[in-house]
Amino acid sequence: MTDIEPDATVDARGAACPGPLMDLIGNVRSAESGDVIRLLSDTDQSLTDVPEWAEEAGNELLGVEELDDHNAFYVEKA
Amino acid sequence: MTEHVVIVGGGTGGTVLANDLADRLEPELDAGDVEVTLINDDPDHVYKPVWLYVPFGQREPDDGRRALDELVDDAIDLRIDRVSGIDTESQRLRFGGSGQSMEYDRLVLATGSTLEPDQIPGLAAGGHDYYSESGATALRDELLSFTEGEIVLSVIGTPHMCPAAPLEFVFMADDWFRERGLREDVEVTYTYPIQRVHGNPHIAEWARPIMDERDINVETFFNAESVDPDAETITSMEGTELDYDLLVSIPPHGGVDLIEDAGLGDDGWVDVDKHTLEAEAAESVYALGDTADTGVPNAGSVAHYQAGVVGRRLASEIRGRPATATYDGKTLCFIETGMDAASFVEFDYETPPSPAPPSEKLHWSKLAYNESYWLTARGLL
Repeated sequence: MTDIEPDATVDARGAACPGPLMDLIGNVRSAESGDVIRLLSDTDQSLTDVPEWAEEAGNELLGVEELDDHNAFYVEKA
Repeated sequence: MTEHVVIVGGGTGGTVLANDLADRLEPELDAGDVEVTLINDDPDHVYKPVWLYVPFGQREPDDGRRALDELVDDAIDLRIDRVSGIDTESQRLRFGGSGQSMEYDRLVLATGSTLEPDQIPGLAAGGHDYYSESGATALRDELLSFTEGEIVLSVIGTPHMCPAAPLEFVFMADDWFRERGLREDVEVTYTYPIQRVHGNPHIAEWARPIMDERDINVETFFNAESVDPDAETITSMEGTELDYDLLVSIPPHGGVDLIEDAGLGDDGWVDVDKHTLEAEAAESVYALGDTADTGVPNAGSVAHYQAGVVGRRLASEIRGRPATATYDGKTLCFIETGMDAASFVEFDYETPPSPAPPSEKLHWSKLAYNESYWLTARGLL
């Protein structure tokens, strides 16, 4: 997963649900089509929230990287 | 030497704290060992929860305004001015209009939320809100004569002030039209950015069946991208387009620019330790209420409880004792579920909310608290 080069990183570690998803949505809102946003979240809820939203919004979840105490989600804006 | 405590922002958090310190530090204030200054850019204190009732013709914006100099203890120096810059290295504030500056020994930021409707193209022209005095009165002008058509309540910005208020508005609107025999002619649609109807899963789980039972349409995963005021449509990032006759939005929120300019946090919210409320990026700086990025709701009750914590911590520090008071995430909200019924929730960092069964008694408790709020602002309740 580490070969994906994000255009921006959103560090939402420490934020309570639904903070990480809302932080991601806010960044995708201001991103250009084709940009890849990396979301760092330590909330388990993000494992379901983020894929559900990405699918609903037509953006592609390129991958999820499992790290020691958090996950990194790579989302490409459609 | 006199120790100078400066509070920026005369909303609930700043005002309760000022009065808390006037009481808690009375000996030091009397002796001239401590000086407390409260700075606000408006001579009035504004109690925002009144605005929910304005569109329904039940309250006037003036019901939520009182002069700060009548609310704040005489031992506090009140300065009506706008802070334009914070230098946390030299511990100095700058004022925009006069070009003057002020030194502080301890600073508390309680600058609150501002509305940023311009983030969404078309929203300012096409949408109404009840998150400002002018918005609430303009919405009242539309709502009181609204007898048929589609009302869309769209939650656009999160975090936003009073997370319960969007649910309250649609519950109240449903009941209000129903009581007047107009509900069959009025569609009510509620949109929310994530996959449920509220950020807190426990409140969402409680609210959704009530919405279904009362024929309140729900659109989740709806993040407004633009509004077309001429066509009367609102379109989401997810590709959904909704027609409306009356659009009521919770506009995007932000904090004030000087927070980010001072390097204290992004978007106007101060990065803090969520228990001590101390700023992470500077010494001798606290934040409270909406301004403190703790993850708890932007609500008056939060600002009220946090003010007590900051007051106790400041008093300990000034007296040279270890500061032990901490904020546990305590939040308390009444939630109107109609025009004459309400629920109630109380929760903290560890304990999730469990909404009480709606009752008329809780509705009157909410209205009674709104009246007695002025005792809270004075630091008495």
